[in-house]
Amino acid sequence: MSDEEVHVTGDLGDTRSDGPGATSGDGESGGSGVSRGTGPGGTTGGRPIATLPAARLDDPHMQASARYPRRVEGIIVVFFLLGIAGIAAFGVAYIENASTQVYAVTLFVGLFCLGFGITAWGKYLMPQGPFVEDRHPLASSDEQRAAMAAALVERTGVVVKRRKVLGGLFLGGMGIFGVVAAFPLIRSLGPRPGSNLFTTHWKRGTPLVDQTGKLVHRTDMQVGGVLTVFPKGWQTTTTAQAKDQVVLIRVQPTRLTTRKGRGTWSPDGYVAYSKVCTHLGCPVGLYEQQLELLVCPCHQSMFDVRDGCQVVFGPAPRPLPQLPLRVDSTGYLRAQGPFDQAIGPGFWERTTTGNGPASRTEKPT
Amino acid sequence: MAVSTDGRARTRREAKEALGPFGRVQQAVNELDERIGIAKGGRVLLDKIFPDHWSFMLGEIALYSFVVLVATGIFLTLYYVPSSTAVVYHGAYRPLDGLHMSEAYASTVNLSFAVRAGLLMRQIHHWGADVFVGSIVVHMARIFFTGAFRKPRELNWTIGITLLILAIFNGFIGYSLPDDLISGTGIRIAYSILLSIPFVGSYLAFFLFGGPYPGGIILERFYIIHVLILPLIIIGLIGAHLGLLVRQKHTQFPGRGRSEHNVVGSPLYPTFTAKTTGFLLMISGVLGILGGYAQINPIWQFGPYQPPKISYAVQPDWYMGWLDGALRIMPAWQWTGWGHTIPWEVFLPAVIFPGLIFNICIVWPMIERHFTKDVALHNLLDRPRDRPKRTAAGAAMIALLFTVFGASSTDVLANYFHLSLNTVLWFFRIAVVAAPIITAFVTWRICIEMRRVPGAVQRKRAVIISRTAEGEYVSAPAAERPGDEHRELEPEPVPVRIQLEPDGDEYREPATVLTGEPGVRRVRR
Repeated sequence: MSDEEVHVTGDLGDTRSDGPGATSGDGESGGSGVSRGTGPGGTTGGRPIATLPAARLDDPHMQASARYPRRVEGIIVVFFLLGIAGIAAFGVAYIENASTQVYAVTLFVGLFCLGFGITAWGKYLMPQGPFVEDRHPLASSDEQRAAMAAALVERTGVVVKRRKVLGGLFLGGMGIFGVVAAFPLIRSLGPRPGSNLFTTHWKRGTPLVDQTGKLVHRTDMQVGGVLTVFPKGWQTTTTAQAKDQVVLIRVQPTRLTTRKGRGTWSPDGYVAYSKVCTHLGCPVGLYEQQLELLVCPCHQSMFDVRDGCQVVFGPAPRPLPQLPLRVDSTGYLRAQGPFDQAIGPGFWERTTTGNGPASRTEKPT
Repeated sequence: MAVSTDGRARTRREAKEALGPFGRVQQAVNELDERIGIAKGGRVLLDKIFPDHWSFMLGEIALYSFVVLVATGIFLTLYYVPSSTAVVYHGAYRPLDGLHMSEAYASTVNLSFAVRAGLLMRQIHHWGADVFVGSIVVHMARIFFTGAFRKPRELNWTIGITLLILAIFNGFIGYSLPDDLISGTGIRIAYSILLSIPFVGSYLAFFLFGGPYPGGIILERFYIIHVLILPLIIIGLIGAHLGLLVRQKHTQFPGRGRSEHNVVGSPLYPTFTAKTTGFLLMISGVLGILGGYAQINPIWQFGPYQPPKISYAVQPDWYMGWLDGALRIMPAWQWTGWGHTIPWEVFLPAVIFPGLIFNICIVWPMIERHFTKDVALHNLLDRPRDRPKRTAAGAAMIALLFTVFGASSTDVLANYFHLSLNTVLWFFRIAVVAAPIITAFVTWRICIEMRRVPGAVQRKRAVIISRTAEGEYVSAPAAERPGDEHRELEPEPVPVRIQLEPDGDEYREPATVLTGEPGVRRVRR
């Protein structure tokens, strides 16, 4: 047999048109179910294409149940009917504004049964082969490759290299276009960071308010109490909340470890720390009252509230920055000044100064 | 009247006869072929052979869950409003009544409760995304362990990994859109990860978010990235993925009659078409029932995003879990000096680590070629056991990723098993190094052992023990079950090529089938 003979582009011929030999390997199936034809029937001798066969019973890939095509056909009919009923029921459910569960079960029955039916049809009643298709090498001949490379090299040599000025000008123009286009595309997306990452709205004397704008009085909280506070006037703006949020906690003053330079920062045992985690910026929203630890729910960094919010566990690299507090003449809490460092997670421009007590070597007194 | 009726009937019959034996189909083929020439290539395409193996179906799961994603996604765009504008909610879901929230969150709650089938569509979409990424990963593992990435398919391997990366990105951006409490926290983490990149981090973050976090425009930008930019790239790459697959043809497992120079299987039309259409419908159906019965991302329980708020046990969707786990077990290393900070505790696990993983995957074909010096074209697949080192490397990678994935639930595990968080953390820190090494060694050994014992994993024939009337026990092998005679990956009977015989030739069973040599099955037209 020559190569031309064996392409699969010959037809999926009716392999089922059996002589006795067709089932010789399989005595039990005999002639039963063998003569089931599909397609329009291959009667006209002059036709170029044969009818599609039902699957050969002795094909290696055949499944056992295809020996009984009638039974398979019956099962598929049942699935198709179920599928049609399911899709119709989904339509009715939609019109009747039924529940999500009813939608889901009707849609599932409809789609799955239709899908199962047609898959079974393909698997058991359509030609399985195995058929063979030849794999033709994609690679070209050496001459063709050489011709392509030659065309690239020689034409470039002739056309471009003799006109270096033109080539340079064109490439230069495209390069400049790239830069010019990149500027509006990228630069206009947002402002430069500038000093934004280093500042908050906490200034000298800013009153502390809760999210509703209520001022915080020195008698408002018991020891163990915790409150999220904002600089007055910025408590409702999302952008401001995102970086100004401060967690205010009242602890026993005697239990506080006061670090150098922070002696006056925690009047009456009120301590205030940036609520933005120094790891990835999540709100440090859990307060473990017994251990007096602030816990970040995202990656479980734990900060010791009694000791400048030093990291005692987890991936956070720095303590939470502390906001210096004072009590004003009317008994309300105010900020002594801004944070002494950038709040939140680390970034390239963050300076080493003001890293908080963890980076300092001196021991608390 | 009669005359005209007859006349019309005759005309119709004549017209029908003029069309030839294949009727209007022939006419349509002719018309198209005259213009764009479809007949020759189209016929070849209909005969395209698809090898049969269950594992070749994994990529189809990915493709069809993407189809479901596009369909349900279009539905969702009709109701979702990408806007961070603050609104007060007065809608169908009473517990949230009167709350301040973004328009995005309000519209997502609204489409879940006030739009017919809206919740179903949203949950199918979310499940579809999880299944999409999952099936890509499993499909990729199949490609890896069977060596299907080898020459000439390195390019398609790279396209596939790019698709995985884009799918993960689009999944993350997609579940960020509702602007609920959990996803809002996720966006803030993404912003902080951008910040951690040395030199350019703060600029990248400010440019993407349009200013300092939350920036006020991120939902609008995420929306257009999620529904237009990334889907467009994904669709283009899927097209290239499938185009290359058609051009290079499928790989296949070895077996008698299968060679590097052929493809053995069933034809595109009708067999594969029927099976794959059914598969699309079944996947849609399964995603449908998941969307209706398996609640996913109940955003109305989380509440709207507010920067100072957070909930306990916040975890991302599964395909981001490995990055979250890596962030959790990373020690708090930062470098400071000369007025600058490098936050290694974020940059290493969240940027370098995934970059390294994906790049190792991309260059793996080159790594393997470097060691094996194998530059041949491969169309037959490997059995994983026959490539112990590759299989061990792949298993080690899976072990590594599973370990960091597990580490994303340190707090939940500590809570559940009543362990100290510190114990769980150190367990994962040790496991992330030990698990890949142990897995690699064990896998390698198993492969070696399996190669030594041919047929070790073959299915055993059942034995029937019966007692005779005299009380004697006799054993006899049970009848063969279907499939026993051609086990997976075992040599199979010879596939046949189809050849047409002139009319009148008798059909005969080719002896070649029995002898196991490639041959021609002669068929009558």
